Amino acid sequence: MKKTLSGAVGLIALLTIWQLAALKYNSVLFPGPYEVIKSWLDLFKDGSMTEHIKTSMLRFAIGYIVAAISGIVLGMFFGWFKKLWNFFNPVIQVMRPISPIAWIPFIVLWFGIGDIPAVVIIFLASFYPVLLSTIAAVGRVDKIYLKVAQNFALTRFETLTKIVLPASFPQISTGLHQAIGTGWVFLVAGEMIGSQSGLGFLIIDSRNNLRPDWLLAAILTIGIIGLLLDELIKWIEKQIYIKWGATEKHEG
Amino acid sequence: MYIEVKNVSKDFKQHGQIFKALSDVSLDISKGEFLCLLGPSGCGKTTLLNAIAGFDKISSGSVKIDGQEVKGPSARNTTLFQNYGLLPWRTVQSNVELGLESRKLAKIEMHEISDKYINLVGLDAFKKNYPHQLSGGMQQRVAIARALAVDPEILFMDEPFGALDVITRANMQDEITRIWQEYKKTIIFVTHDIEEAVYLADRIVIMAPNPGRIKAVIKVSLGRGRDRDVKEFFNIRDNILDIFEMKNHDAIEYFL
Ligand SMILES: Nc1ncnc2c1ncn2[C@@H]1O[C@H](COP(=O)(O)OP(=O)(O)OP(=O)(O)O)[C@@H](O)[C@H]1O
Ligand SMILES: [Mg+2]
Repeated sequence: MKKTLSGAVGLIALLTIWQLAALKYNSVLFPGPYEVIKSWLDLFKDGSMTEHIKTSMLRFAIGYIVAAISGIVLGMFFGWFKKLWNFFNPVIQVMRPISPIAWIPFIVLWFGIGDIPAVVIIFLASFYPVLLSTIAAVGRVDKIYLKVAQNFALTRFETLTKIVLPASFPQISTGLHQAIGTGWVFLVAGEMIGSQSGLGFLIIDSRNNLRPDWLLAAILTIGIIGLLLDELIKWIEKQIYIKWGATEKHEG
Repeated sequence: MYIEVKNVSKDFKQHGQIFKALSDVSLDISKGEFLCLLGPSGCGKTTLLNAIAGFDKISSGSVKIDGQEVKGPSARNTTLFQNYGLLPWRTVQSNVELGLESRKLAKIEMHEISDKYINLVGLDAFKKNYPHQLSGGMQQRVAIARALAVDPEILFMDEPFGALDVITRANMQDEITRIWQEYKKTIIFVTHDIEEAVYLADRIVIMAPNPGRIKAVIKVSLGRGRDRDVKEFFNIRDNILDIFEMKNHDAIEYFL
């Protein structure tokens, strides 16, 4: 409750400062909150904003889910066969710090333009946190669980799916959380390359049409959706931690 | 003999030196026996238990169960670990069903079995709970139900009640005795509590460290439903205390 109140106060303060600052400048260069919110509602009314959001969310969901699944599957594999990981680890460590944006020229060459570049960039941004947290999690599974698996004569596959995966899930979910953040950040960049729709396209489009009010409306939308996504995954993460009986993370 | 442990040794390398955790241990255990391994910390109780259960490879000697050489853990036997080893993401019920899942039973049959053993340990009201919602004693009960659900021939228990308070511990001792009598399992039970061993065991294997070895085997010829404060009970306990004191005599002789 207190937190919500402080948040509201901060928001009102920001809007006030923004409005005051906007009064000083030409609204073509820097529109105030009133104008932006009005244009924002207009964009919703004519349906274009909803369309952009839908497109962006769909691309994001595909890139993120593919990254999450392949990150978890490969992470389980490399976490289990640690020796193999020692071969791939240096390669991944070199690839990981490369911003997905650096790949754009290749992505366009290989995949053309349209939906795919955005999806690929979201994938690249989300994949590494999931992969690395999964590998670390599998390595940290309590030995007692493996003994229990042996004890009840579980097969290797059962041990992986019934013991190792759930045992490492809390830590994997931390990677999934991190990935949703970075993935969303790179959505805009992905949609700036030759897309004809989506929030990233809306930004380019606003620039081309000299509509700073749209631009800010798009930026606000990206921020708000990012916040909601983060809250959603935080909530899921918390449920996982509660169910797993771990209390050391996220209690508020 | 049902279980035959013959001249078993187990070496560990520690800082480049060889450490004898078990040295030339031989032991026969008959079917349906309640056997306690008793001894101070580090004398190799867990090592011996793991060797019989097949979790650890031995350095020399042989372990046979029912005439078969032990090569690894078998689904016919179950081990109760000191920290229970319950899976925190599963409810009591599905923890108990873990060992049954690969048996291709119908869901109903599986639930019937798990219900039976959850009942047996008195946790019917908690079968939908998660382990972290239970007390230590209740968690140990779940582990016992899970072990019994696969109907093992041998139950290995490594200080199963070590973390429990005195009263819960006494209750669990009665419970395991009752289960043992009813289901006629062979139980190999590790403890470093002398009274617990006297209360539970048919025979007590007394071990000593450095190198880990069997010092004596004591038969406890008290009836079941044992009384902890009768003379016979004290006599056996004192007898064991004497055996442990011999260790000091050994040491003195060594220094003389
Ligand atoms: N994996 C290992 N590597 C090296 N040394 C080990 C290993 N496991 C056990 N030991 C050593 O073997 C000896 C016997 O260990 P063990 O765990 O069997 O003792 P214990 O009788 O069960 O003791 P406690 O009552 O403390 O559980 C100890 O000195 C221990 O340090
Ligand atoms: Mg031990």
